[in-house]
Amino acid sequence: MKAVCWFGKQDMRVESVPDPKILNPRDAIIKVTTTAICGSDLHLYDGVIPTVKEGDILGHEFMGEVVELGPEVKNLKKGDRVVIPFTIACGNCFYCQRTMWSLCDNSNPNGWMAEKLYGFTPSGLFGYSHMLGGYAGGQAEYVRVPFADVGPYKVPEGMSDEQVLFLTDIFPTGYQAIENCGLQPGDTVAIWGCGPVGQFAIRSAYLLGAERVIAIDHIPERLAMAASDNRTETINYSDVDNMVDELKSRTGGRGPDACIDAVGMEAHGLSIDNIYDKTMQLAHLGTDRAHVLRQAIQACRKGGTVSLPGVYGGLLDKIPFGAAHAKSLTFKMGQTHVHRYFDPLIKHIQDGNIDPAFVITHRLKLDDAPQAYKTFKEKQDNCIKVVLKP
Amino acid sequence: MNSLSMDQKGQSYLQDRTSKAHSKTSVNVGEAERWGSIAAGGMMLWHLLRHGKVGSVALALIGGSLIQRGLTGHCHLYNALEISSNDNQHAVKHGIKITKSVTINKSPEDLFQFWRNLENLPTFMDHLIDVRQLDGNRSHWIAKAPAGAKVEWDAEIINEKENELLAWQSVEDSDIENVGSVRFSPAPGGRGTEVRVEMQYAPPAGKLGVAIGKLLHEEPSIQIDEDLQRFKQLMEAGEISTTNGQPTGKFSRQDGIA
Repeated sequence: MKAVCWFGKQDMRVESVPDPKILNPRDAIIKVTTTAICGSDLHLYDGVIPTVKEGDILGHEFMGEVVELGPEVKNLKKGDRVVIPFTIACGNCFYCQRTMWSLCDNSNPNGWMAEKLYGFTPSGLFGYSHMLGGYAGGQAEYVRVPFADVGPYKVPEGMSDEQVLFLTDIFPTGYQAIENCGLQPGDTVAIWGCGPVGQFAIRSAYLLGAERVIAIDHIPERLAMAASDNRTETINYSDVDNMVDELKSRTGGRGPDACIDAVGMEAHGLSIDNIYDKTMQLAHLGTDRAHVLRQAIQACRKGGTVSLPGVYGGLLDKIPFGAAHAKSLTFKMGQTHVHRYFDPLIKHIQDGNIDPAFVITHRLKLDDAPQAYKTFKEKQDNCIKVVLKP
Repeated sequence: MNSLSMDQKGQSYLQDRTSKAHSKTSVNVGEAERWGSIAAGGMMLWHLLRHGKVGSVALALIGGSLIQRGLTGHCHLYNALEISSNDNQHAVKHGIKITKSVTINKSPEDLFQFWRNLENLPTFMDHLIDVRQLDGNRSHWIAKAPAGAKVEWDAEIINEKENELLAWQSVEDSDIENVGSVRFSPAPGGRGTEVRVEMQYAPPAGKLGVAIGKLLHEEPSIQIDEDLQRFKQLMEAGEISTTNGQPTGKFSRQDGIA
């Protein structure tokens, strides 16, 4: 089959590889009908996530048709159309039974690697480094799905691939980021980053009762997409000297009630602290650029919530923890408990509250993946979200 | 023998004698291992004198330090790792003690019964090739050793409390002398069962073998940790997670199987 493989920093290739096989009794093989490139794939593309190996098949947003089942998968049959959560979860451990699916104890065969870095291992993920399982991803014609009796969600009749594909990751990721803030009536939400997760966070904020949403970025087409609902206020950070003052002045001096970092470890910008981070990263003295997180902590109102759907991988430097403590902030973060959100989000789509396809700007063939990564990375051609068809 | 006295016997083997701090100059290498070190170090230096070229500095340093280790009975590496092989008091000579625990979302009964059938152990203990039950208390064990070799020994159960505790030791003159126990106790708040393994053993190549194994990620403490993770996966999820046999692009011009 054809698969999109990582061969080094900014070196993606479409290779011909063997088809996947059933390896465990709870496995299924899925014939991929639609897949996508995620913003977090760009961290892999840029080589800032450790333990990615030459030849690894990437991709954790994918859906398709069941073509083969292990003997223990009783709830699916060949031909079923399914979407697959990017987090792999066994369904039986302490965490799964409490719906903390992305913390599953049993799905990372390389748990010891993550334990070295993090003390404990989170769940395995598709196509996202060996430390997080080393599972071959879904930017391919076929993919093996472990614990297929727990993860895959059957697509309701009449819904298209593009309507449901983003239930795999970015829609529930944006939604969980807002849910984590426990919004109260009248709340203002500030969202840094208007990439796909930021866009879903914006729309989820309204679904979960936000009064106002302020979206921050510097890329005109992303700000335009955010504002296209005729509701969301936008800030181009290039036009603002002091973001904390700007947000204060827009919120009657209170500050946003909830601050969302939908950027993560590769923040852009030319502020002094970001140049420091970038220097540290280039010198391999630090792993993450935390500029957005610093700003969110500073801007958040007293007693507010800072929520981080953006991914951080390693060590962060110069975090204003004094401010966080003095203001009694709440921090919420982590990979998404995707399985939790299928039912409520499918309902929102069916009720017409949201059409997730609004983020798609590029529809390409799997063969075009290497160029698509580059286009997405460099934000050429107004690229916001790429879907690929095998 | 009643179960109480057996329990005490098992416990006394497991007393921690290996984590004592050793002073810089104390003897922390056993006698046989000291002679071995002198011999190995001497061979390295002799090899170096005959063929001295690239890499010889490193070889000379290792050879020299092995001879010094043999002559003085002091190993700086052992000192750094806080281990000693010159402690002859335990039942297991040159023993290393390991304690590991894991919480599994199953009842003590389920876990004990699976473990008590010792022939199940190779399904989650990676280094075991086979365990055969001989009679009620005795079993024969075959395990992988470095470089494709095998080690074998007989073990006997020295204490058993159903659904709570199992303790065993290797019989005399085993390739690997070892003594160990596994306890199953209910975790608080319905969180399943805490499984606690204590093991003490003498590795085949002395403790320096373990120290080197540590660098190569073959160290038994890591191995037991991973064995327990696999036990947990098997008990909770019904299977052991793996990616062995999945496709990769690395060898796409060869067979392409990871």
